[in-house]
Amino acid sequence: MEGNSPCASCKLLRRRCTKDCIFAPYFPSDDPHKFSIVHKIFGASNVSKMLQELPVHQRADAVSSLVYEATARTKDPVYGCVGAISYLQNQVSQLQMQLAVAQTEILCAQMQQEPPMAEQPVEAYDNNLTGMPQLMNNASSSNLAQDQLKREFLWT
Amino acid sequence: MSNSTRCAACRYLRRRCCDDCVLAPYFPSANPERFACVHRIFGASNVARMLQQIPVEQRRQAADAIALEAYWRVQDPVYGSVGVISMLQREISVAQRELAETQAQVSIYTAQVQSQSNQITQVQYLVDNAHLIPNQPPIPGLCQPPDIP
Repeated sequence: MEGNSPCASCKLLRRRCTKDCIFAPYFPSDDPHKFSIVHKIFGASNVSKMLQELPVHQRADAVSSLVYEATARTKDPVYGCVGAISYLQNQVSQLQMQLAVAQTEILCAQMQQEPPMAEQPVEAYDNNLTGMPQLMNNASSSNLAQDQLKREFLWT
Repeated sequence: MSNSTRCAACRYLRRRCCDDCVLAPYFPSANPERFACVHRIFGASNVARMLQQIPVEQRRQAADAIALEAYWRVQDPVYGSVGVISMLQREISVAQRELAETQAQVSIYTAQVQSQSNQITQVQYLVDNAHLIPNQPPIPGLCQPPDIP
């Protein structure tokens, strides 16, 4: 930035900060750590390319997510963000299991409230069992997203 | 490693793949897209440096995690793996809400069943012990059974 102090990226890279510096709006000079961490993980040229490929109104969000990922990878050099994702996926699975159990309990309670078996034809009970998978599907309302994530994990 | 058996990284970078290539075990030539993705987001030298700083026994997991993050960033250039985290957090909120509602329904059903069970028990008790209740004066308006001779 001519006439003004260089942005954090140009200061770290020891170059002249021009007025159209792509990093300047997102890496102010008062927060050098932010660019340092992103540069360490992704590299300045890669970040520059990524930002150039995005419309201007999305660049701030992209920088925030890059900083988040770089910070996660600095704290956990092996798993980075993927560690947090695995943890959250486990939580989702556990909640879905608990939901399935609770819905089964409702079914049992409903069956307890129904009239005794002798008063109902046997065929009705056989049909009742086919209703169970639908409830299981409701328990996992996000099955589609979970399957997508599983396929992506297999890509590695 | 000869040119014919170069790893995906060295093939992409058009260089000789030496025996101690740090990237070779994790970027086999059979999957060139994986390295292309990683190189596009992180850069080969950054990835090599990151892997070198990790103990050997953990490098495979690290390479897989880096490949996944690169893949998600290519799929979503704005949010990358942070978008995946946001999606999972939303799913957790929805699942927690569904679970709370379902457990509330379970409590209601359980209370209903218990209440019905208690009523049946009370009625059965009265029926079983009706003979213990002494003769009461006739209740006006109520039809009385005939006297036993």
